[in-house]
Amino acid sequence: MGTKRQFRIWRGDADGGDLQDYTVEVNEGEVVLDVIHRLQATEAPDLACRWNCKAGKCGSCSMEINGMPKLGCMARMSTFEENETITVTPLRTFPVIRDLVTDVSFNYEKARETPAFAPPADLAPGDYRMQQVDVERSQEFRKCIECFLCQTVCHVIRDHDENKPAFSGPRYFIRAAELDMHPLDAKSDRKEYAQSEQGLGFCNITKCCTEVCPEHIKITDNGIIPMKERVVDRRYDPLVWLGSKIFRRGQVPQTFVTSEHSPGAVRSHAPSGGTHSHAGGSHDVKSETQAQQGVNWHREVPKPTAPAVDASGRLPLTELTFDRAAAPSPFGDDVTFPLPPEHLNFAHPEQDEKH
Amino acid sequence: MTSSATKPRGARARAAIAAKTLRTDRWWLAPLATVIGLGAWITYATVRVFMHDYYWVEKYGYLTPFYSPCVTDRCLPEASHFGQYLPGWWIIPDAAFTLPFLLLFRLTCYYYRKAYYRSFWLSPPACAVPDGHASYGGETRFPLIVQNSHRYFFYFAVIISLINSWDVVLAFRSPDGFGFGLGNLILLGNVIMLWAYTISCHSCRHIIGGRLKHFSKHPVRYRAWGFVSWLNVRHMQLAWITLGTLALTDFYVMSVAAGWVSDLRFIN
Repeated sequence: MGTKRQFRIWRGDADGGDLQDYTVEVNEGEVVLDVIHRLQATEAPDLACRWNCKAGKCGSCSMEINGMPKLGCMARMSTFEENETITVTPLRTFPVIRDLVTDVSFNYEKARETPAFAPPADLAPGDYRMQQVDVERSQEFRKCIECFLCQTVCHVIRDHDENKPAFSGPRYFIRAAELDMHPLDAKSDRKEYAQSEQGLGFCNITKCCTEVCPEHIKITDNGIIPMKERVVDRRYDPLVWLGSKIFRRGQVPQTFVTSEHSPGAVRSHAPSGGTHSHAGGSHDVKSETQAQQGVNWHREVPKPTAPAVDASGRLPLTELTFDRAAAPSPFGDDVTFPLPPEHLNFAHPEQDEKH
Repeated sequence: MTSSATKPRGARARAAIAAKTLRTDRWWLAPLATVIGLGAWITYATVRVFMHDYYWVEKYGYLTPFYSPCVTDRCLPEASHFGQYLPGWWIIPDAAFTLPFLLLFRLTCYYYRKAYYRSFWLSPPACAVPDGHASYGGETRFPLIVQNSHRYFFYFAVIISLINSWDVVLAFRSPDGFGFGLGNLILLGNVIMLWAYTISCHSCRHIIGGRLKHFSKHPVRYRAWGFVSWLNVRHMQLAWITLGTLALTDFYVMSVAAGWVSDLRFIN
């Protein structure tokens, strides 16, 4: 049987609002998001709340519960006292849209500014080979569900809104760290970028990002501090500085991007030689060769149309700010699934036998 | 979904929440404990450093880490393992070559930075509790940009740990030759914890292997990095443990040197 619990929930929008009291039934095993849903089903049908998976994996239901940024779906009611009044407010750092829903565009803008993975020049996408020990550090940061709890708790922008243009926030520091530690990333100036463009120097490592991370990523110890140390390598190391003055080097030589594999490595391992010489069945020598090779990442395939972009020439941040319904595809709108075979780089060795 | 009611508008305001923080737990406890702990330790250390006495037990060769190496000419000659170079003014600590670097090593340490930014500087006092300052530049400019020099103080700290280790080795003696007692165990425990704290430093973790892009090409450094990472997780605990062992070691040496207690001897 459920018990009655006291809640104070912030209701309002950008023009103002306040905390309103509710008494809600709470059953065993429920989380705060369940209570929000019960409120929507009963006395507050117009209470706005963003949510999706209810499993702590989508990062939608970020809110502040008793003043601490948390996921609503991961905040168990059993962690509160029975007679405790639980306060639920929207994320404080971002502009409010309504009730518990905030406009987190800031994060998407920072994401768009962060340089993406830079592919190595001498490798085609299918030829990447990496060892587990080399990618392990980056994989920790891939656990990020982009709930932006670290972004909202960070006092650099939470308490000082004026720092927003210069500061990207913990989520994008671990993105920079993820790529800088990536064994095949060819971009060598991520440290300089993190310092000068992302505002890494603003961070005073008070570790609140790590404290609130629902994925338990060690944001500070494994991401931000290693990035700060990498910046020290480049910018504050007097020996390096002296060396660059004496030898007039613009930059320390970039970390050498290496791979044991030549671009042709996949082909040499693919079934080839005499065993499947009949595979293609066609008399076109070129497609016969391709069929024998199986995967060929270098084959020219038809290019899809460009994605639908907004006035700034970029994908819109959200569908709210775009002129058409639903989110545009970054691959262009003419892509259909399943992909037509001629759009694939994979040719089955026996593809022609059925015809 | 795309109704005009929910579209973000030009002037974008945060939710109007009057309370500075809505946290209901005792968030002030950790910063308060830090202030009390660090304050008490600094007071004790300051008193001891300028006491210029009770730092050497002649009989067993115990030298407190606060006076190691003793380099002023007011030091007892037998306690100066590395010579005397400085005048003996009371304002100069007898370990003037090492204490400033140890202080800077701990001052720029990534753990202590978190501790004192939160508890002394209130920036922020706790998570989701407002910063105590109107503006904030972080470590982007002088003087806090100097925090980036932590690595160099780490190098000094390694040298100083070697000196402390040498003091421990020299202390395994008695008037009859070899011997050891409770004081030796305390000195040894202290220096082991000092090494653990020094090695677990974030800069050390970076230098030892964190800066590499390909662990697979450096298997030895990868293993070393794994070990340092294991220690590094405990950096905060080690930071406090070493404050404790330093004070305990110093207090024990002072007690024996002043004749308040006699050393418990196991051999000779």
